[in-house]
Amino acid sequence: MLTINDKQFHSRLLLGTGKYPNFDIQKQAVEVSESEILTFTVRRMNIYEPSQPNFLEKIDLDKVNLLPNTAGAKTAQEAVRHAKLAQASGLCDMIKVEVIGCDKTLLPDPVETLKATEELLKEGFTVLPYTSDDVVLAKRLEELGAHAIMPGASPIGSGQGIINPLHLRFIVEQTKVPVIVDAGIGSPADAAIAMELGADAVLLNTAVSAADDPVKMAKAMKLAIEAGRLGYEAGRIPKKRTATASSPMEGLSIG
Amino acid sequence: MNLRVNGEVVTVPDSVRTIKGVIDHFNINNPVIIVEHNDTILDKNAHEKTQIFEGDKIELVQFVGGG
Repeated sequence: MLTINDKQFHSRLLLGTGKYPNFDIQKQAVEVSESEILTFTVRRMNIYEPSQPNFLEKIDLDKVNLLPNTAGAKTAQEAVRHAKLAQASGLCDMIKVEVIGCDKTLLPDPVETLKATEELLKEGFTVLPYTSDDVVLAKRLEELGAHAIMPGASPIGSGQGIINPLHLRFIVEQTKVPVIVDAGIGSPADAAIAMELGADAVLLNTAVSAADDPVKMAKAMKLAIEAGRLGYEAGRIPKKRTATASSPMEGLSIG
Repeated sequence: MNLRVNGEVVTVPDSVRTIKGVIDHFNINNPVIIVEHNDTILDKNAHEKTQIFEGDKIELVQFVGGG
């Protein structure tokens, strides 16, 4: 079970809700992923097109937990505002802190992320900060009281997979709250590796929504995350320089 | 009455007197509507009783897809 603050989840896959070809495919992808936590963001409505469909109409809010993010915020102050707007929906008390510090790389601003996390914790939110794979920053965020640490595997939407497994492992080893690898996952193999490294969960979006077949990819990610977690729990064999026969040598000469 | 809604100056009939009235005026029926009124975020239960006045600044916000 994945435990975030006071809530427990069977699924270790957190799914983003952006950039799907259409709502029907998205709904199917969410269903087969068996994800229990979906991320959203808050944006102004278009008051001149009030009847635009909204994905929330398609999902059963009793079955999933909403994890709004603060995407679009560039300062702690903006992130706090986004979080409070999301909370005013009355649908969620979790918030993914996302404060982007660089438009080109979309990497998070560590100083503003830290400030926003501190402020939102004071306000009583369940706070999940998206951060880089900086080991010390992850530690500082946990010391503040963050309810999960969400290090990026590689830049958002890049699909480059885990570019610094060593740092991710360091973060996993030092962190007592859940570590959720967020951003940059490209393939099921990437997700499985994140879980084998000891991550408690994976958050991904583009890898599914922009796949040729998002529904099939959602299932692949679900299975990869389960496989990676089982592999982590089972404990892999050490790597050796030399071969070791799997078959017994006894009775080899049967003639 | 003139209001600034989502950054744009709009004119609503004088019969529109509350936040709920503004939401209805624009025929918004999203499952989730979040309102900021003069920089104060409103509780979802406060839309009906919150009165509006000339020049008020209103932000109507929704959840959209994101990662």
